[in-house]
Amino acid sequence: MNKVMSNKWMIALYVLPSLMLVAILIFIPLVLTGYYGLTEWNGAGVMKFVGLENYAHALQDEQFRESVVHSFLLALFSTLSLGIYLVVSLILASKIKGTNLLRKIYLIPMLLSSVAIAQLWLKVYHPTNGMLNSLLNLLGVDHPPEWLANPDIVLYAIFIPILWQYAGFYILIYYAALKNVPEELIEAARIDGATPLQIALKVKVPLISGIIKVTVVLAIVGSLKYFDLIYVMTGGGPNGASEVMASYMYKEAFGSYHFGYGSAIAFYLLIITLIMTYFTRKLTASKDDVQY
Amino acid sequence: MKLPYVFLYMVLALIAVFQIYPLIWLLSFSLKDNTEIFGKSPFALPESPKWENYVKVWTDGNIGTYFFNSVWITVLSVALTVLLASMVTFAITRMNWKLNKPVLGLFMVGYMIPIHSALIPLFSMFNKVGLIDNPLSIVITYTAYNLPLTIMILLGFYYSLPREMEEAAIMDGCSINRLFFKIILPMTTPVVSTTVIINMIFNWNEFVFVNTFISSEKYKTLTVGIQNFIGQYMTDWGAIGATLMISVLPLLIAFIFFSDRIIDGITAGAVKG
Repeated sequence: MNKVMSNKWMIALYVLPSLMLVAILIFIPLVLTGYYGLTEWNGAGVMKFVGLENYAHALQDEQFRESVVHSFLLALFSTLSLGIYLVVSLILASKIKGTNLLRKIYLIPMLLSSVAIAQLWLKVYHPTNGMLNSLLNLLGVDHPPEWLANPDIVLYAIFIPILWQYAGFYILIYYAALKNVPEELIEAARIDGATPLQIALKVKVPLISGIIKVTVVLAIVGSLKYFDLIYVMTGGGPNGASEVMASYMYKEAFGSYHFGYGSAIAFYLLIITLIMTYFTRKLTASKDDVQY
Repeated sequence: MKLPYVFLYMVLALIAVFQIYPLIWLLSFSLKDNTEIFGKSPFALPESPKWENYVKVWTDGNIGTYFFNSVWITVLSVALTVLLASMVTFAITRMNWKLNKPVLGLFMVGYMIPIHSALIPLFSMFNKVGLIDNPLSIVITYTAYNLPLTIMILLGFYYSLPREMEEAAIMDGCSINRLFFKIILPMTTPVVSTTVIINMIFNWNEFVFVNTFISSEKYKTLTVGIQNFIGQYMTDWGAIGATLMISVLPLLIAFIFFSDRIIDGITAGAVKG
């Protein structure tokens, strides 16, 4: 038994193909991104080594700094919206009938590609014939805003389809966790005279704090990577008002052929994502994790 | 006690409307022509459904080609990912070697990195070996980037498989390959179907790799194809709607039949991370 299961050739045969794919297509490119960031390069010609120039330039670059701020704003919105999802899940999990169908309906947008969602919401936000402004007209609003053309509101407008896309996903996760809370604990609290609101806030929410922490990490790290939806809906515009890190990188590299500078931005994106993953995990990993 | 429940139901129903109505609206304008779209209320149902919108985008554009590309690239990548991930997970959980934990750790780290941070070197690597504008680059990239999550989902199931069966099989002189393909792999069907579904959704909807590596119309997938196609049909909302409906329909139909598996896949993928 042990001899057969320790056969080095077989282990190599089973593991190496995948390991090589991941090494060549994920890990080596990450290292190369850091290196390309040290060069001036148009993607095809000669690479000119320029040291830390690109990295230093990015810190001075107003557009890059704004894109970082926008990415973090989206991360903040996403984290705050977790509160809404949690409330909805608490309602769903409180012995209401028909929740199965409701959860499935909530999840439907999650199945669509970000490109399809972006195209659909371009139509929803269309200034004259869109669903939203037509609705506002019916309600008597005379001059509803041009949602995606106004730099002051475009980032909020873009967050709505993100909320729409992920609502069902987070509600599903919270609901599954809430259904795992032992019935005896809720019963005990009820016998002690706790109101449904108290049961929700003092019993249920603390008991699923582990899952809540996971979702906070998912929401923050996921937001830092947003690209498809913004690329299709606004291309970062108007005037950079909805630019995020990934879209700015893409524009610099594949739009302006600044592959060196684009790589520096991509490397910052990597570092920021890893740091945020580390810190959100650290911050949310409190010592008094509730056990049940 | 009655009244609060009515209120709660209304909240839940309102959210359901918010989640589903944009799609119903999409279906509705995909069946209208421009006079109806721009002349009448956007909330009106189509007077007589213009199915010719669908016929037009399917025959005029390359939607048929894009659709076919999405299907074969998705199927091939999913098959490759799930097979390779199963082999790795089998080797990590069942076979005896010292480096199994560090190797598993490497795959786990691969799950956390943002794909955009690897995009430029990937592009130049594929360029050097002549894989730019070649669907093979898409298949291997999808496989590599979906391996970590797939392994993570498989892992728990493999740990829970009883060992008696394989011990008996090895005693009887069964080879590793036979053990894996004939005994272990069939036993993992439930979790394999979960990973197939989650991979299918990711690959079908993927955008940035195809947008960056593929330039010929004949290799584009639906997500990228519709993006370009819609650019040309700027003002023909009916055609745009029909195109979008065609791109989202396969997963919506899959959801009707496999909703429980899809829910499993989506939650498993998230909570393992």
